[in-house]
Amino acid sequence: MITEDPKHQDIHEYLAEMEDIPGTRVFTAARARKGYHINQFSMSLMNAENRARFKADERAYMDEWPLTEDQKQALLARDYNRCLDLGGNVYFLSKLFSTDGIPFAEAVSTMTDMKFPEYREMMMRGGRSPEGVRSIKANEAAAAAKKEDR
Amino acid sequence: MARITAGVASSHVPLLGVASDFNKDRDEYFGPIFAGYDWTRAWEEAEKPDVVILVYNDHASAFDMKIIPTFAIGCGERYKSADEGWGPRAVPDVEGHPDLAWHMAQSLILDEFDMTIINEMDVDHGLTVPLSMMFGKPDAWPCKVVPLAVNVVTYPPPSGNRCWALGEAIRKAVESFPEDLNVQVWGTGGMSHQLQGPRAGLINREWDNMFLDGLIGESDHLRRIPHIEYLRETGSEGIELVMWLIMRGALGKKTHALHRHYHVPCSNTAIGHLVLRPDNGEGLDMTGSGVTAIAAE
Repeated sequence: MITEDPKHQDIHEYLAEMEDIPGTRVFTAARARKGYHINQFSMSLMNAENRARFKADERAYMDEWPLTEDQKQALLARDYNRCLDLGGNVYFLSKLFSTDGIPFAEAVSTMTDMKFPEYREMMMRGGRSPEGVRSIKANEAAAAAKKEDR
Repeated sequence: MARITAGVASSHVPLLGVASDFNKDRDEYFGPIFAGYDWTRAWEEAEKPDVVILVYNDHASAFDMKIIPTFAIGCGERYKSADEGWGPRAVPDVEGHPDLAWHMAQSLILDEFDMTIINEMDVDHGLTVPLSMMFGKPDAWPCKVVPLAVNVVTYPPPSGNRCWALGEAIRKAVESFPEDLNVQVWGTGGMSHQLQGPRAGLINREWDNMFLDGLIGESDHLRRIPHIEYLRETGSEGIELVMWLIMRGALGKKTHALHRHYHVPCSNTAIGHLVLRPDNGEGLDMTGSGVTAIAAE
């Protein structure tokens, strides 16, 4: 038997929640649209010939794509947080990680405030706790309450 | 009649494929992860499933941003391992079951699940890593596979509730297929992990184990977990766990756990693995020792 649950969430409420997580860029439609060419550019690096052309002259290869100057600068600098802000998605950006020949986890660590050895050590100790990084609003409310206490 | 005899849940971290392919699967780092699958490999040898309906997500391999199907079913004869940027994994081709897959596609669409049908694609680590974990390193995979790809990359992915209901429709589709087939449904991905942003590396052992607990028995409360809870509690990529609910929905009202394994870390991710039997009077082996007892034939 196929069962249904009739409760559905309002899209605006849903999207607002997606922006309420500290240190996280959820790959919403808005980001997917903004980053379409970053992600398709990254996808093109799956092809060995494209990888070679990119490595030979990164700037020239990127100039073939309708990327914004901001996007090109973020990609050239391997500033992955900035790439996420400009609509990049980590599964697509990972094609650039492998083009650079760096492990996925190392590339991920560059988005945190840790160096790779420190990040790896955190993972070995059980990873980052969700404590205190669940909600921007909750954190702000807690900070405001603390201020009032003083 | 075809029957769903078991459900299997497993993470599908790409690094596990690398460990398996380069014989690092018993080293200090990977040993404890693979050891948790030893039971399952012996059990699968005894179970001999004819077909696995393998629920997974593509990671920018077969699909790019051009086309984003929410639910897609592979109806092809054969799938090759995708080149994910470092050459295709040296694993056997995956053999499809077009008769069952097309039957499922038709049945699912009549049940109002408007599936995308795929005849040709390559399959990435999301699909081949679970095969390696459950079957080891054979020359050919011991069963046929119906790939069922779910979008969990571009938001919004399908709701947990919709995934559960799709599982229910899959059960109905399998049970209306005339050929006698031993079918398993696998749900893959997860558990807690976040691969992006300053919050990367998030792991939530407590929540993951709550989720594992919730798949066992009669309760269907997991289907009502909203996306935001997965994101807050299990990291941005923990949303893959909705795919486990397709597997769970396909097992009927009640399940019984045969085997369970949890390990942190594998790269950025918490590894979770669960083997379930549908427990609705099907008369399947519930001893949890399918290796020596009579397997579900």
